[in-house]
Amino acid sequence: MTKQVLLIEDEPNIIEAISFILSRDGWQVRSHTGGAGAMEMVRARRADLIILDVMLPHRSGFEILADIRADPELGATPVLMLTARGQRKDREMAERAGASRFMAKPFSNAEMLEAVRALAGGAGGL
Amino acid sequence: MNRNDIGSAGATKPGAIAGAITGTRIRERRLERGLAQGALARQAGISPSYLNLIEHNRRRIGGAILLRIAAALGVEPQALAYGGEAALIDGLREAAADAPAGADAAPELDRIEEFAGRFPGWAHLAVATLRRAQGEARRADALTDRLAHDPHLAASLHEVLSVVTAIRSTASILTDTAGLEPEWQARFHRNLGEDSQRLAAGAERLVSYLDDGPGTGRDILSPQDELDRFLDAHGHRFDVLEQGGDPGEVLKRAGVPSGTGAHVLIAAALECYALDARMLPEAALSAAIARLGTAPLALAQDLGVPVPLIFRRLAAMPEDVAGPVGLVSADASGAILGLKPLPGFAMMRLAGACPLWPLFRAGAQPGMALRQRLVQPGRDARPVLALTAAEEAAPGGFNMPPLMRSYMLLLPAPVEASPEAPLPVGNSCRICPRHACTARREPSILPEPMTPDAPSF
Repeated sequence: MTKQVLLIEDEPNIIEAISFILSRDGWQVRSHTGGAGAMEMVRARRADLIILDVMLPHRSGFEILADIRADPELGATPVLMLTARGQRKDREMAERAGASRFMAKPFSNAEMLEAVRALAGGAGGL
Repeated sequence: MNRNDIGSAGATKPGAIAGAITGTRIRERRLERGLAQGALARQAGISPSYLNLIEHNRRRIGGAILLRIAAALGVEPQALAYGGEAALIDGLREAAADAPAGADAAPELDRIEEFAGRFPGWAHLAVATLRRAQGEARRADALTDRLAHDPHLAASLHEVLSVVTAIRSTASILTDTAGLEPEWQARFHRNLGEDSQRLAAGAERLVSYLDDGPGTGRDILSPQDELDRFLDAHGHRFDVLEQGGDPGEVLKRAGVPSGTGAHVLIAAALECYALDARMLPEAALSAAIARLGTAPLALAQDLGVPVPLIFRRLAAMPEDVAGPVGLVSADASGAILGLKPLPGFAMMRLAGACPLWPLFRAGAQPGMALRQRLVQPGRDARPVLALTAAEEAAPGGFNMPPLMRSYMLLLPAPVEASPEAPLPVGNSCRICPRHACTARREPSILPEPMTPDAPSF
């Protein structure tokens, strides 16, 4: 069964690029732009992995991650956090909030693929 | 007149007294009066050789000897021991504290006062260089803090880095994906074109923001520094507010960008000033000073107002009405909130004040005003009279004590007939030579004072 990735990111061309490379790797990718309504999308999709940007309009990625971790049905979902601020304190904050992994922008496609495979296990369709 | 007298008289230009230090001033005053060194030494009860060392700034002087020399010369002790000298010495000590470890030649701390006395120009240059370096360090700290916390800057960086990420990812797809369908190629080429334009615009906005944004440029200061600078620039007095003017108008004219920490602090300081001026108008205070002098308790009782209000209003009075007045305020944590300096009593905000200042006892005894003479270390230490009082800045509640604010008023200490010894206090532990002080919180970089008339515990 094809594994699902939910990408929550406000940059449309990043969504398009990541969706393309993950789709080619066998993942089914759904996306959501912005913080508003993100939790509803998370609950509706029940993805195998969530890629979550930290800096989103209306609601930060840290708040959304806290809600995910507090939800008994969603709490174990791997979450890969993306941020444009690769400072140590942001990394520490992401770890404290329960991020499975932290990736600083700009990242390469290979790094993204490696992270997704490591967190959700193998390629999407395998 | 001995050889030293001839040399020193020739080296000192008329009018240079204000910039010289005590030994030099004593020598100049003695020569003006045509007194021989031996004659002045006899009147002061010291040996001529010791006076010679004093006059050449090679021995500390203060306390009783300074008073006797001043009396013999017929001048006020303050005329010999001007406070700016203590500030110069403290500045040199700070500079020495910042000397790099392991340097080939360490500063000769035991000769710091001799250096200041013999080469005042070089000493002022060293302190000025230190101040410039400290200013640059503060600007660097402010910029670092800004990079970490400025939401506008964070948003701009996020935008630029996000576009860079999109470009990098898209370009990789175009170059690395074999047999990419033409419609995908066209789509990603279009994305690249859009993103490159957005990147250019975003980078331009970022550079513009860094160049022109609030708080940038050559004068990046902490909000407290900006408040101090603002109050110093106005002499801690606002004629408009004395006449019932609007503090908002004063704030507007100050040109401090709204939304900044400095804007908040300056607005609060001006509101407090305006309220104080309404509660105790200048005319009423001036009339009371004319009758009673500047004794704060007497003024408070006569005018029926709290002592801290008297302190703040005295600090706002013109010097020809109330004389020189310094004022320090602190919150319950001991953090310094406001500083109006008094020459001769060194104060600094950055390194933490001396815990022996009675200011820090005032909060524990609200309603009780303290009065104490203080003297700081230094070869020309000049006692000051410190009066402290505290007031409730905000009421308490259940499990919440009232928020106290403490004040210490500083006045030049009168020369009393049988004075109780002034309490030796410091400025900041790091540049305080009183090693045995039980209140010390960090080691001093200075050697213990060795001269017999230096104040000690």
